[in-house]
This record gives sequence, C-alpha cells and structure tokens, in this order.
Amino acid sequence: MASVHERTTQDFPAAAFPLLHKDQLRSNVRHATDVIQAKRFRVVSEMPDWQLLRDAGQRIRAHTFEYLDAYLEEFEQHCTAAGGYVHWARDGAEATRIVVQLAQNETSKVIKIKSMTTEEIGLNHALEAAGIQPIETDLAELIVQLGHDKPSHIVAPALHKNRHEVRELFARTLDLPDLGDRPEDLTEAARVYLRQQFLHTPVAISGANFLVAETGGVCIVESEGNGRMCLTLPRKLITIAGIDKVIPRFRDLEVLLQLLPRSATGERMNPYNSLWTGIHPGDGPQEFHVVLLDNRRTEVLRDPESRETLHCIRCGACQNACPVYRQTGGHAYSSVYAGPIGAILTPQLAMMQEGKSLPYASSLCGACYEVCPVKINIPEVLIHLRGRIVNEQSKLVRAFDPEAVAMRAMQWIFLSETRLRLAQWIGRMVQRPFLGRSGWIEKLPGILGGWTRTRDLRPLPAQSFRAWFKARGESSSEVL
Amino acid sequence: MQIALFITCYNDTLFPETGIAVVRVLERLGHTVVFPEAQTCCGQMHYNTGYQAEALPLVRRFVEIFRDHEVVCVPSSSCVAMMREHYEKIAIAAGDKQLQSEVLALLPRVYEFTELLAHRLGVEDVGATYPHRVTYHASCHSLRSLHVGDVPLRLLQKVRGIELLPLEGLEQCCGFGGTFAIKNADVSGAMLEEKLQCIQKTQAEICTACDNSCLMHLQGAMHRQSAQVNTVHIAQILASESLPSEERKGRS
Repeated sequence: MASVHERTTQDFPAAAFPLLHKDQLRSNVRHATDVIQAKRFRVVSEMPDWQLLRDAGQRIRAHTFEYLDAYLEEFEQHCTAAGGYVHWARDGAEATRIVVQLAQNETSKVIKIKSMTTEEIGLNHALEAAGIQPIETDLAELIVQLGHDKPSHIVAPALHKNRHEVRELFARTLDLPDLGDRPEDLTEAARVYLRQQFLHTPVAISGANFLVAETGGVCIVESEGNGRMCLTLPRKLITIAGIDKVIPRFRDLEVLLQLLPRSATGERMNPYNSLWTGIHPGDGPQEFHVVLLDNRRTEVLRDPESRETLHCIRCGACQNACPVYRQTGGHAYSSVYAGPIGAILTPQLAMMQEGKSLPYASSLCGACYEVCPVKINIPEVLIHLRGRIVNEQSKLVRAFDPEAVAMRAMQWIFLSETRLRLAQWIGRMVQRPFLGRSGWIEKLPGILGGWTRTRDLRPLPAQSFRAWFKARGESSSEVL
Repeated sequence: MQIALFITCYNDTLFPETGIAVVRVLERLGHTVVFPEAQTCCGQMHYNTGYQAEALPLVRRFVEIFRDHEVVCVPSSSCVAMMREHYEKIAIAAGDKQLQSEVLALLPRVYEFTELLAHRLGVEDVGATYPHRVTYHASCHSLRSLHVGDVPLRLLQKVRGIELLPLEGLEQCCGFGGTFAIKNADVSGAMLEEKLQCIQKTQAEICTACDNSCLMHLQGAMHRQSAQVNTVHIAQILASESLPSEERKGRS
C-alpha cells in the first residue's frame, strides 16, 4: 500500500540539505509564497470580521469531529437518497481497490480533478497498474504528472517550478517545440491538450473540499474550470474524500467558503464553486460514487491533544507563511502534505512510525497558527508530537542517545543552583580548547557541531549574572 | 516597588550584561531589584524539545521560588511565552491542582522586561541616550505569543540620539528555534542568512530585540562573516546613558 510518507526517503534535515543548494527552486518558492501571501494579506485585511470568521470556522470544525460518526452517516443517507453510492474505505488499499473496480470495465483512462487525497493513497499508481491511464486536468497537477515530479504544495503543487521550466516541460512532453513562455502560451497548450481528454473520457475522479451532511452534496472550489468539466462531461463520477471533509450543514459553507479562498489563493471567491448532489437524469454524470476514506484519520482523532490536525481545510496558508518551507520548498517533507500542516499530519497518519523528523522541522515561530483560517494551533501540536516521540523512545535511546542524555543532565543541573554555578564554571574551563583566534567558539563537537557550521558562538563570559549580583550585594560599590 | 528578577538560564550564563542593564534601568526608575538565588531555568528547552516530563520539576521549582513576589521581571519573551502558554497545561497534565492554582495566581505578575516598563510601570521614556543607528527585530515569541506589538519600538523611540531604521521582513523568524538550530542546522542557517541580509540592508550598526536567544543566533553569523553590525539586547540600549560604547560587549 502506498504510504503518506515515502518510506525510503531520508529524514527532514537530510532531504532539506540538497534542496538548500537549488537556487532556482528556492527562488521560485520564495517568489510564489511572497506573491500568494501579499494577495492573502490584502483580502484578509479588508475583512473587519476576519477573526470572528476564524473563530466560527474553528467551532464548526471542532463540533463536526465531536459528532463525526453521526455526520458521516447523515451524509451517506442523503447522498444515497439523491442517487449516489457511498463506499467506506478503511485505508488507501481499500479505496484504490474500489476505484479501480468502478473504472476498470468502463474505460482505459480517467480524467482527474486535483486531489491531495488521491495523492495520499497513491491512486495514480494503482490505476496505472490496472491498465487505466489517469490524466490530471489541473494545470499544476498536469505539470507535476508530465514531469514525473511530486507535488510540493497543497494548493499549488507545481509551485517549485517557474514558467520557463514549465515551457521546457510542455515543449518536450506535448511535442510543441515552438511553444512560447508567456502564461497565455502555456495555458493555451494545456487547454488544447486537455479539451480532447475532457471530450473523450467517460470517467472522472475528484477529491472534495467539503461533504455536506445535511444535503449529501459535495463541494469543490477551483480556479481553472477543469474541475467543472470533469464534474459535468463524463458519464461516471467517482469522488474520493477523507472522512475529515464532512461539514454538518449547507450554511456552514457561508463561513468556510469565505475562509478558504482568501487563505488559499488570496481571492475573495474562487472562480469556480461547484456543488453537486447525487444524479440528475439528462444532466451531468449518470452514475456517482463517493469513497469515504479513513486511512488512519480515526487514529488521529483518538489523541485529544492533536486531533485538531484534522480540522485542516487544505488552504496551504501555513505553507506560504512558514519560514522553513520558504527555504526548502515542499519536497523536503517527503510527504504529499508539506509545510507545517504536513509536519503534524504526516507522522500522525503514519501512526508516528514514519516522518518522525517532521515535528522538529519547525522553529515554532507561530506564523502558521497566525494565518490558519480554522485556528489550528500547529506549534502546540508540534510540541505535543515531539513529546510523543520522546515518550516512545526505547530504553537504549534513553540511555545512550546524546540528546536524551544531555536533556537529563541539563535537568539535573537546573534542579540546583549550586550545580548550575558549578556547570557555568566548568563551561568556562571546557570551552578553552574550542576558542578560535578571535576568542569565540568556532567549532563544536558532536550534536552541537550543527551550530558552528554557519555560526560562531560567543564564549561564556568570566562572570555570570548571578555572580555579579552577589558580588554587588557584598561590596558597597557596584562591580562592573 | 520591589521587583524580582528572573534572569533566565542563558542570560545568566552567557549575557550577564543584559541582566546588569535591567537592574540599572529599574533602579534608575526608583525600584528595588531582588534576585532569588535559587532560580535556574523555566524548562522551555526541555518542554519544546519533547522532554515534557523533565520540564515538570523545573516548572514546580520556578513557581515555588517566585510565587510570593509581587512582580517578576523576565528579560526574555520566549521564557515568558513558555510560562503563559504551557505552565497551566503542564500542571493539569500532572494532575496537580495546587500547582495549577499557583501558576494561575503567579502568571499575571510575570512580565517580560518591555511589558513591565510599558504596561505595569507605565513608562516609555526611561531616560536613555544611545547615539547609534539601530534596527529592531521582532522576536517570534514577543510578537505572536506575548503580542507586545510596538511596545519595544515605542520605548526605543524615546531614547535620545537613536536613529531607528525599519527592518524588512520584520516578522520573519531568524531561524533560531532552540534545538531547531542544531537539529536542522542547515535550514536554520539559511533562515539566518536571509534575516542577516535584511539587517545589513538597513545599514544599522546595531540590531536589537527583546530576546538574547535570537540575538545570539544573529550575532553568531555576524561574527562568522565579520559583518559591520552587532547585536545588543533592548535592555542595554535602555540602560545606556552617556557612554554607550561600554555597553557594547561581545565583539572582539
């Protein structure tokens, strides 16, 4: 089964290292996130009730997960009543099996609307293995697919590429040697290619932004209109959605469809907002399936300290705001979910067995929490997950891991001011061999060596503050 | 007023001049500073790195030492953020109702240094003189946890002779993040480099902040690159009267 976290890949620091030397990629990421953030800032600033909307969004999401089972069954009931079929998939393997079965006898290719959930379960690989060609119709997903690349951002999967790179890719893969590199040249090339696919493919696969329990309806917002094509032209439509996508009532969209586009793309409203419920004779797909995917979301729900991770509405604002993501781009996270949300979601979806370096891939600066439209306290969850990782340390790690040993030693020192004074004195002695010619520490050993790779460290001064204060009290004149 | 100083472990060990400056400013304003000698560390490093069980005794220790003081001054916003964001949670997780109520009683009396001046003591002009080009870096915890807003800048604006230069990307993290700087040294270094470039663009002689942790990080790169800019904690600028050069320590 495909895993949310790529098993074979390195941990975050190792995966980030080569990316830090890709200047073009880093400049693409910086440029794109700056542009989206500036747009977001403009459309958020014009909303006098933005913080109230965030509160409302948070409450809607928290309430939903209190009664998730009931809302999911309500969705199933209404979707079925409207002529849809609802399938329940425990994990990615079950979901892909269901989708492959539904598509297999019908077609040799399917058109797809951008969906991170299908990326999460590796659906495209499963389809290809069954002899079905998946065709991504979202421009950015198409770029990723044609380049045999991986998405690096939830909302803008090809954010790491600039238009010159896209031009090269299209010229090569779509056989268009004379293609220009203006945005309109590139979109036209994609349009010509995709139009044929839309007209001749009988099955479409979509994700979902929201599932409305009250009506059994599915909601997708998008910018390009490719989604609308997939939702209307094919004969059969299969929607795959995590169980976290359900919302109780239709009117909850009033809040969420204000929060989502402003946070995601810096737009007041998405150009295309599609909502469909079941089937309608003579209009749109005549067969409609929804696959509800768990894939360990109920496991995430079990931990009250971190379950708010599931509140995420996949806007990507935390990725754009994150100073770590800004430096590395999304591929350093080795997960379809990159950035701060990926750093908390990925290891939880992997039952804390993979992606364990991700909760540490943050300086805890809090920029993600500040922009999150549903107020997920990502820094708190990061710290909590770090705690879970430490609690699950084996006895061997506890006894010999340099960090674990150092942490216990530091605690022992901090539990007595006498020991702290002694440690300060020892520090002044021990640092001597490490002092460079400038009198600063220029190279440290072991785990501390990371510091001196790019930074010096000023040496411990001859007198600590507590020593100064004590000396000052003992003599009548101030010692400085 | 009698003010208890929690100097914090790293200021005590690495930046005594910051503590000395805090004492000078507060005494100049007519207050008495006491230093409970048993104090050590707030537990932030342990807690944020995931060693939450190890942080608990340090939390107890802090509360025990400071619970009877009227006002506690801390020249580090990240340590104050640790207390405000996590102390109660830690007490609840430990099932210790008494600790929880002591935390709740103590925390409203704990102030970050610039908060103390502006919010508790109601002072903006502390009578400082500092004839230098200075840029202010808003540390993440002061900005997003304590919400100090423009308090530090208002204090700096009242300093005689100072030339304040605006910093591009003011609200972006410098890349320190405690153990992050070591565990993710390369990414942290890249963040630091971007911040340093913004600082250098201002042409400031001095970069200041409410947190020596960020400043230690910035200073480390400045020293490595022999940059023509240094760091000074805001307390040292506010303490400075006529001979600012004496306050500028740490550069060889």
